[in-house]
Amino acid sequence: MTRIFLRDLRLGVRAGGGFGLGLAFFLIVVVLVPFGIGPETARLGPVAPGILWIGALLACLLSLDRVFALDREDGALDLLATAPVPLEGVALAKAAAHWITTGLPLCLAAPALAVLLALPWPGHLWLAVSLLAGTPALSLIGAFGAALTVGLRRGGLLLSLLVLPLYVPTLIFGADVARRGAEGLSPLVPLALLGAVSLGCLAILPFATSAALRVNLR
Amino acid sequence: MSALEVRDLAVSRGGVPLLEGLSFRVAPGDALILTGHNGIGKTSLLRTLAGLQPPQAGRVAPGPDRIAFGAHSDGMKATLSVAENLEFWAGLHGLRGGIEGVLEEFDLAPLRDRAAQHLSAGQRRRLGLARMGLTGRPVWLLDEPTVSLDAASVGRFARAVERHLAGGGMAVLATHVDLGLAAPRLDLSTFRAAPEVARGDVFAEGAVE
Repeated sequence: MTRIFLRDLRLGVRAGGGFGLGLAFFLIVVVLVPFGIGPETARLGPVAPGILWIGALLACLLSLDRVFALDREDGALDLLATAPVPLEGVALAKAAAHWITTGLPLCLAAPALAVLLALPWPGHLWLAVSLLAGTPALSLIGAFGAALTVGLRRGGLLLSLLVLPLYVPTLIFGADVARRGAEGLSPLVPLALLGAVSLGCLAILPFATSAALRVNLR
Repeated sequence: MSALEVRDLAVSRGGVPLLEGLSFRVAPGDALILTGHNGIGKTSLLRTLAGLQPPQAGRVAPGPDRIAFGAHSDGMKATLSVAENLEFWAGLHGLRGGIEGVLEEFDLAPLRDRAAQHLSAGQRRRLGLARMGLTGRPVWLLDEPTVSLDAASVGRFARAVERHLAGGGMAVLATHVDLGLAAPRLDLSTFRAAPEVARGDVFAEGAVE
């Protein structure tokens, strides 16, 4: 499992691995927003948590179709399925590698980018915390969607349609943590719920992902 | 080491039955060569034996944890080097530091630091076959193993299979090339699933890579 995780990390940072793609997309979305809705602090501040979270969510989505599709194309998925590792472990390792290459850079970059959207001060911190707690759920749900669509050619669009509705709870609680933080309220309740979403995904989705993979391997 | 035993196996692809009533036994140290025209179900049979798809009927012993599957596509990552690719699979199968042997065996030692994307088709094929030796499993299933190999590489591959057999291993090969292996041949067309011959024929031509 660790080996699959490390291999995916290595593949991710090598040429053509797509590392940084999500981060660059996130950066562009955040830079575009003030152009679209105007640079006034009073107008940007209140929408900043939501925009940042939606940006992070879309950036996460961007690299999802690679999670299993590349391994399917070159036959590695068949070989992984016959290797002496549980397929649930493969699913978990791949989701974890996706999180490290996509979710974690977003968490680290988001507080800096929040300045561009005039997010009031303590909000930066809570934004980073909410992304840290929420992006693992995005990767896990995404890996499940990727497993469902792995056998399809051009499954990327279907994957987005499947996965985005499942992202709704994460988005609601995540953006709420950042918003309450920015307004100086206690963000602990939505943060606890966000953590619960992530942990629930961690507990259940590797099994669902491996079941979907098994069906698609037939 | 127990023999590979297949009893009354029925194989389908995409819901269309391809083969039925298939029984054979491969004893340790033996190989079996599967023949039959394109679309007869050689790949589907090997995938069923490897446990990637459930059989429609019948039994396969031993279980998939004793079987190494060598498909058309070799699962090698283009941006990783030859050695990195092999070390990954060796590690996954619990063999540590043992890739030097297969690098020599398949003449890959001079290429060890080259990225897999810069290998020729034949070199890539050799890399895929080298993985089989790293699985440490007694039964090798090989699907058209000699595609894009030159004569020297075919010979080298045949010797690798012979060494595996001499060590008590077993192999089932789907191939049209004469490898010079002393192995019985099994013509799959006699086990073709009867009821849907016409439909199965048309479907299978397109479905089996």
